[in-house]
Formats: sequence, C-alpha cells, structure tokens
Amino acid sequence: MCGIVGIVNTDRKMIDGSYIKEAIRIQKDRGNGLGGGFAVYGAYPENKDKYAFHIMYEGDHNSPAVARIEDYLKTRTVIYQSEQIPVYPNRRIPRGPYMKRYFLKPIEEFMAPEQTEEDFIIDIVMHINRMNDAFVVSSGKNVGVFKGMGYPEDIGDYFRIEDYRGYMWTAHNRFPTNTPGWWGGAHPFTILDKAVVHNGEITSYGTNVRWLEMYGYYCLLQTDTEVISYIYDKLSRRDGLSEGDACCVMAPPLWEEIDRTKDEKKRYLRQTYGSAIVNGPFGIVLTHKEGAIVLNDRNKLRPVVCAQAGNTYYASSEECSIRFLSSDVDRIWSPRGGEPVLLHLAAETDRKVPS
Amino acid sequence: MNEMNHNWDVIPEFHPEFDLERCDYENGCSECVRECSFGEISLKPVKGRNGAVQYRPWANLSSCNACQRCVKMCPQRAIHIVQSPMYTSHGYWTREHVGNIWRQAKSEGGVLLVGSGATGPQRRYFDHIMFDACQVTNPSIDPLREPMEIRRYLGRKPDHYGGEIGPQLKLEMPIMFGAMSFGALNLRVHEAEAIATKAVGTYWNTGEGGFHEKLRGYGANTIVQVASGRFGVSEDYLKSASAVEIKIGQGAKPGIGGHLPGEKVSEAVSKTRMIPMGSDALSPAPHHDIYSIEDLRQLIYAIKEATEYKVPVSVKISAVHNVAPIVSGVARAGADIIAVDGFRGGTGATPLQIRQNTGIPIELAISAADMRLKDEGIRDTVSLVASGGIQSSSDVLKAICLGADAVYVATPVLVALGCNMCQRCFTGRCPYGITTNKPGLAERIDVALAAAALTNLLCAWGEEIKELMGSMGISAIEALRGNRDRLRGVALNDEELRILGIKHAGA
Repeated sequence: MCGIVGIVNTDRKMIDGSYIKEAIRIQKDRGNGLGGGFAVYGAYPENKDKYAFHIMYEGDHNSPAVARIEDYLKTRTVIYQSEQIPVYPNRRIPRGPYMKRYFLKPIEEFMAPEQTEEDFIIDIVMHINRMNDAFVVSSGKNVGVFKGMGYPEDIGDYFRIEDYRGYMWTAHNRFPTNTPGWWGGAHPFTILDKAVVHNGEITSYGTNVRWLEMYGYYCLLQTDTEVISYIYDKLSRRDGLSEGDACCVMAPPLWEEIDRTKDEKKRYLRQTYGSAIVNGPFGIVLTHKEGAIVLNDRNKLRPVVCAQAGNTYYASSEECSIRFLSSDVDRIWSPRGGEPVLLHLAAETDRKVPS
Repeated sequence: MNEMNHNWDVIPEFHPEFDLERCDYENGCSECVRECSFGEISLKPVKGRNGAVQYRPWANLSSCNACQRCVKMCPQRAIHIVQSPMYTSHGYWTREHVGNIWRQAKSEGGVLLVGSGATGPQRRYFDHIMFDACQVTNPSIDPLREPMEIRRYLGRKPDHYGGEIGPQLKLEMPIMFGAMSFGALNLRVHEAEAIATKAVGTYWNTGEGGFHEKLRGYGANTIVQVASGRFGVSEDYLKSASAVEIKIGQGAKPGIGGHLPGEKVSEAVSKTRMIPMGSDALSPAPHHDIYSIEDLRQLIYAIKEATEYKVPVSVKISAVHNVAPIVSGVARAGADIIAVDGFRGGTGATPLQIRQNTGIPIELAISAADMRLKDEGIRDTVSLVASGGIQSSSDVLKAICLGADAVYVATPVLVALGCNMCQRCFTGRCPYGITTNKPGLAERIDVALAAAALTNLLCAWGEEIKELMGSMGISAIEALRGNRDRLRGVALNDEELRILGIKHAGA
C-alpha cells in the first residue's frame, strides 16, 4: 500500500510545493514512514537546457565517492554548476545522505557514433548507479526529485519543498512491503525527464528486468517501480511509441478484445512487447516533459481518482487529497483499469515562464 | 504361440499370477490371452469337473513386461502381476545391471534397446523449485472471476517498434504435443492428437515419419518435421502445415539417428514415409547435408523459400553440455523457434546407454539458453520451446519461468491414452495400441475416446496453469516468461542456483 498525488497545470502555471505536501499528508495511513518523495517539473527554469543531476552519496561530504563521481562526470560532461542540495534537518529527520545537484551537458566527442544525447546520459546514470555508493535521484532537464526515508511531509520539510515552484508535481507516501526501505528506494523513480510514483507491486518484475537489461537499463535500486520509468523511456523515446501505445504495452487489452476488435496494431504491440507487460496491481502517475499519464492495472486492483478544475488536473490514491487541493472541481472520476488518462502540457514556447 | 525369446538364463522379472477361484476359464473365458501382445499368457488344457478338457490361463514365464493390460482387461479381476523375488539385488550390482549383462552375453547380443525416457537417478530439478504466491501486499487473482490469459505466440519478434513480426504460431495454451512419428505411433493416435489440438487451439507435431494424407485437413494445427532421414518430405508436405521443424536431435538419443524397425513399416507407413514396406527406416545420426551451423542456415532458408516465408521454421536440438551457445548460433542462423529437448525425453527406441547417459536436464538447459540469448540481446528474435520430462502443469509453468515460451509434451500424451511405461515401444507390440501398427492391436485405440482424453488432459493442465498464475498474481502468461523472481530453489547448491538463475528459498 502506498499513497500518490499528482498535480498538473497544463498551462504551466507555477505553484509552490506546500500544496502537494499538505495533500499527501492527508494520506498518512497509506505509508509507514519508510519513504516519501516529490517530483517537480519546472524547478530550474534558469538551467532548463541542462540536465539536472541530483546525486545521493553514501556517507557525508567526505565520502570518497564524491570526488570519484565528479571526476567521472567531468570526463564525459561539462558541469556548469554544482551545489549541495539545501536540507533542513529537523526532529523527525535529523540526518540524511549527502546530496548534490549538478547542471551539466554531455561532451559530444565522448558520445558513441549515432548515440543520442539521452542514451549517453542513461549510460552515465547506469554507470553511477552500478557503483553502489552513489545513486542518481533524478537526471532530467528542469526536473527535480526530492526523496528519502520518512513520511513525505517530513521529507518535504527536510528539503523545504515549499521553496520550489513548478507546473507539475507528484508526491509519494511509501509503505514498503517487498523491498527494504532506504533513501534511494523512495519514490519518485526517474530516468531523464520521466518520473514515476507508484502504488502497487509488480509481479512481472523478473520478466521486465531481463527485457530492460537487453537494452542497457539496469535495475539497481531494489524496488520494482523503477522498471516502469525505464520501460516507458525505452518505449516512448527509443522506439517512438505514442503515450497511448506505450500504455497499451504496459497494460494491454485482453487477447479476446484484440480478436474481437481486429485491432492489428494492438496485436502487434502485445506480440512485440510481451516482456514489457506490467502485471500485478498498480496505480501510477508517470510524468514526463510533455505531460502526465495516469494508469491502473487491467484489473483495477489499486485506487486512483482523477479530477479536473479548469486547466489543473489532479490524480490521487484517495479523493480526500483532491478535495483538499480544490474545493470546486469541474469533474471527478475514477479511471477504468488499463485505460490511461493522458494529460498534455501546453507547448513551452507559447508563453514566457511565469514568475 | 510364443514368438519371443525363451531365455531361461535370464530370470523373468515379471509374470502374471491367476486367481483360479475368480478366473472364469470354466466358461471358456480367454480374454487375457487375447489381450497379451507379448505372448506371455497361453492356454493350458486341464481336465474339468465333468471330465471334459478345459483351458486354463498359463504364464509362460518368458516375456511379461508388466504392462498390466491383462490385469486391467480381465473381466473377473483375477490377475495380478508379480515381480520375481528369485534373486535379491546386490547393493551395487542391481538386478538391472546383472540382467543387462546376461542379456548381452547370452542371447540378444549387440546394443540394448529400450523405449521411453531416461530412468536414472539424476536430480529432477523441477521438484526442487517452488513457486511464489501472493500474500497481503498484492492480491492473488481468482481465475474463475477474472480474465486469465495463457495464450502464446511463437515465432520471430522484432526488437524495436516497426520491425517486422515473422509468421507466428498461435497457442491458446503454452503446451504443444511433441514430435512422435507415424510408424512409431499409428494413424489413430495421430488423428486423436490432431483432433485434440484443433479443439484446444494448439499444435501437434508429426515427427519425422511424414504426414498421412488423411490428416492433411488438420494442417492448421500441425507442425511437420524434417529429420535426417527426410521421410515423407516433399514440397506439399512442407506446405501442408503451420510450421516446419528441422530435427537435429532428440533428448532420448542425442547425437544418434532414429530407427523404426521394419516390423512397424506397414503399407500405410511405407506410403507416408515413401520407403519400401517392411524395410527398416533408419535416420542417419547427422543430417548429411548439415555438418555445420552454416549448413543449417542453408536448410532453414531452403525451407523458408519452399514455404514462401509463410510459416515459422523451428529447429529441435537435444539438450547437451554446450546448449547455450548452440541455441544462440541456431537463433542467428535464422530459426524462428528453437525446441530444446532434455535428456528425460521419451522415444520409441533408443540404445539404453545413450538414453541413460547422454544429454543434460531440461531445467538447466532451458535456463542457460534463455540467459545466453538475453545476454546477447537477441532473446526476442526467437521463441524457445522446452521439452523432455515434463510431467505436469506445474513443470510447464516452471519451464516458462526459467525462460521457455512454451513446452512440448509427448510422454503425457501416451500416458493419457493408457501407456503403462512398460518401455517396449520398439517391439511394435504395444498392448494399448499406441506404438503399434499391427492390425488387432492398433484398433485398441478408439479415435474419438482418445481425442477426448487428450482434450481433457490439455484443458486440465490449462486450468491448473491458470490457478498457479492466479496465486502468483499474474494475469497474462507473458509476464512469467523468464520470471525467475517468482521461483525459489530448495536444497540446491550455489552452482545449480546460479545456472537456474534463482535464489534459494528464504532468500
């Protein structure tokens, strides 16, 4: 059991983190203090053309991992700015691992021929994660992820999440059951601009991991959720699937339905991407640079409620968080199992970044 | 009366005993004599109560194979089979070893032949692998209430969007009937296999003995085989089925060819195989046009050309030490499906020493092959079929979790039709009418009943697979392929666990 909340303003209107922190606090029963976290899109407007790496180090600032990883990064990227992520230890979370953020761009000469910039970044992330004493918490442009061990509102206080502003937010309250609770195991899970908050348990994990490894994605964070962000990245970015088609792969229609509707495209997707099917109960909010996807497993074994108030959309494990965020929604509904809710942000060039 | 060898130097291991209190011989019953196809039972004249001669059943102590046919068919239930207590087994020199040496020294000579699969004490890994189940943190799924999908497609799949999907086999459940040839089996059994697979929506395999004209209508559920003997192979034959399988090897006899004794080559078999009646049908050990992987590639593409790229081409190999790189090579040679047959796989006739000592267990082989293909990034380009010693639906699912896309079962087909594992298939005297073409014996198979039995078996295993999946919280079987996370080993050592790719129970 876990709790999730998502807020998306499709007009890219910025809100600060205090709202979502309070909204996830209401779902306290859905977590047990072993993990909480936030993803914010639009966090670094002044550096939005650079990859924002949040890196969590084991130990403090003296950890040998810091110098080693920074040396490694410098051989492959230009680091424009680096700083310790400001934290505010409090009574509930007196300490945490050392965290830094870097704004960087890859050095093209180091990229393999025909390798895309994104694939190059993924290789860097996988390399760091495999070192085992440092983990990349987030690696997208203009995206920040803040997470750790504790209830999400306490994690929010630890990072002073209300100091960040963004047009798209997700939050997660964790109740780990099959894997250990630790700082790197909290949600959201990210790769590039994709972040996932997930309530559920992925019974197809073993199959998914093996499939992902064939394409250079390694699952090292001891939590099943990370497969969803990698699967989505492989499908949408590398293979160019539309959001709807990617959802059709992860939560496919029944064969019976494919036979009945003679939908050969869906048959093709299910045949081709059988190992990318996500089985088991889940409710997720997957955010990416162009919008968000809310998706349930085919059997709807986890709760997800969606709502719309003007250009602001909400998704939540429980309706109470939505009612807290907006007393006057235009529409509130519970999406059917396997039927994605696709939200699209307005094109970025439409307007200036509002202050 | 009894054509079998009388060989008093070899003490018969089994013989029937008759309970004459129950036996109905006084009324002229001689059912057991008619049923025994091995000539063990004869009639002995005795003087009856009224002085007239009556005929009593009599064990010849020559050729009983404990097939239990007489026991099952006796209307009076007056027969049971006993195992000879005539010598006790030495702890090291067991009855089997002593008997084999006697047999070779005294009378039969030559290579000892047996039917069915290996009987040795090697570990059955399936028994050391346990499934996971849902508790609390995720709900198990009740297959009676929720959709549970066990359909599989076999054939080449692309590794990226937009790539072409090759021709596919659509299996409504991940179980196919393995290759057993016409000749080894009779036409009635083949027809029953065809009817059952059509009813369920899966495939049966003709084996290497050709595809009888009468069954060509079942092509949509048939896989035809091209083996080293090329029996019955023609353009029509290749085009008559849904897939063509090149048989390189077989788990029961890796590295050697096939041998259908001339006694089993009846007129129909001769026509279908395109060989003279009564002649031994010998498939050479290798394909004499395949001495290397490059040659295999040529044959694969020759068949694809002949079938106009409309059907998948499968390659069947036996599970041998180097199975993983061989499978990788075969995948790269253009095979769409690779069937790996473990050393427990059955057969109609195989040299005893080969059956017992050559090859490796399918559990290890399929896992190693699957991991190798994954490590090379080509797992999706080919489908893997596991076979050889699958005994139940849970074995099927364990094989899938270890990386198989589907399985072949063949011995269970014979057992479903009454086989009692007497292992005398090569004699052509199968008392249950399965592995024989002899008139009078083959008719013991009723096609409709046999087809119903096979349909029942498939449906039962399908239901059990759904139950197992439901308990694991899986609603689509593709989410289990290679999903070793849902398996744990019990009493396996580190090396075994590493090869299987699973953790030990408790970990």
